[in-house]
Amino acid sequence: MRAIVGTQARVTGTLDVLDHPAGTPELRSRIGYVTQDPSVYDDLTVRQNLEYFAAVLAPGRGRAATRRHENVTRAIADVDLTTHADALAGTLSGGQRNRVSLAVALLGAPEVLVLDEPTVGLDPVLRRDLWDLFHTVAADRGTTILVSSHVMDEAERCHRLLLMREGEILADGAPDALRARTGAETVEAAFLRLVDEANAS
Amino acid sequence: MNLHRTLATAARVLRQLRHDPRSIALMILVPCVMLLLLRYVFDGSPDTFDSIGASLLGIFPLITMFLVTSIATLRERTSGTLERLLAMPLGKGDLIAGYALAFGTLAVVQSALATGLSLWVLGLDVTGSAWLLLLVALLDALLGTALGLFVSAFASSEFQAVQFMPAVIFPQLLLCGLFTPRDQMQPALEAVSNVLPMSYAVDGMTEVLRHPDLTGDFVRDAVIVAGCALLVLALGAATLRRRTP
Repeated sequence: MRAIVGTQARVTGTLDVLDHPAGTPELRSRIGYVTQDPSVYDDLTVRQNLEYFAAVLAPGRGRAATRRHENVTRAIADVDLTTHADALAGTLSGGQRNRVSLAVALLGAPEVLVLDEPTVGLDPVLRRDLWDLFHTVAADRGTTILVSSHVMDEAERCHRLLLMREGEILADGAPDALRARTGAETVEAAFLRLVDEANAS
Repeated sequence: MNLHRTLATAARVLRQLRHDPRSIALMILVPCVMLLLLRYVFDGSPDTFDSIGASLLGIFPLITMFLVTSIATLRERTSGTLERLLAMPLGKGDLIAGYALAFGTLAVVQSALATGLSLWVLGLDVTGSAWLLLLVALLDALLGTALGLFVSAFASSEFQAVQFMPAVIFPQLLLCGLFTPRDQMQPALEAVSNVLPMSYAVDGMTEVLRHPDLTGDFVRDAVIVAGCALLVLALGAATLRRRTP
């Protein structure tokens, strides 16, 4: 995931994102990135955090500032934190801080959103809400969302799956196609079957 | 570099500080309390207070800004916000200038208070202009910010970052001429002190103390301190990497 965003050092091979080599300056405003741990400022409120990152993404005064303010308010609403907008990020729960971090990535309406295990440690209701949000963002804004996860029932919610094991891609396709191909009932079973096959050969 | 991004960064750093009033109080008040203490430690010898007090006006901002910046940038590195910012369209110069601006503002307040207190309340007897004292104090603060930013790259925890204070600051403190004039030191130590920036900060302060006008030596000292600060800031910028292992 970090290689796609361009923050991973010593990457070998070629990696193009949106027709540019990964990590080129031009891509920085077109890709949103959420790290595994919430990377926000604990000693700022939710709104102040978002306002700062919004100013980095789209600096300027006047109309730009108004647009920024709207984006911030929308991003806070997207992750359902409107009631906590003026709370310090450090006082929020782990799941809430994850959502602040996600809201930062939603700010600039990026074309590609890279989410590194975004739903770790969240309760089932929140996980469902976030996945609904991901689908809405993808459908309404045409954003490509790239999610990494260990949890295979989350993989079922994606349109396309890449199953990776020790750096090798074992399978690539829609969840249904994958299940049909391996004859397994769940993606998890399909994944395990593919791993066993790879180990056997 | 982009002015709006730099200002946004500076505003953000100051906002973070505002949520931590205790740190602000410590930064602003501790130098004043120390000077007050010093004044009465040297109650019987006001001349000693003059020379040490003037030097300390330059040294306090350096130490405070060093500590504050090294911890603040280390936190930025370890919390993942630095990686996030560098994955965004933020120039390294914007980030560094933002930090320098924010902490510089704080340093102005700190130095103004400490200088004002020393001159008008504690009776520090300075021949030259108080503005020149303030200028050196400000350059020192910038140097402290630069050094803090630079060493934060070599610390992996806040515990280590604090240990850099004695390692980087104390040798300079011993050799800067605060305790004894530099030309009376063992020649090897004098040579070392000639390449340490804090020596020039203290020399500059001493020039203001002794001479009513702007002297050539003062200008040289100020330029050296400023040059060192810019050099270390550039080195600090080189330690901010967009790609990390």
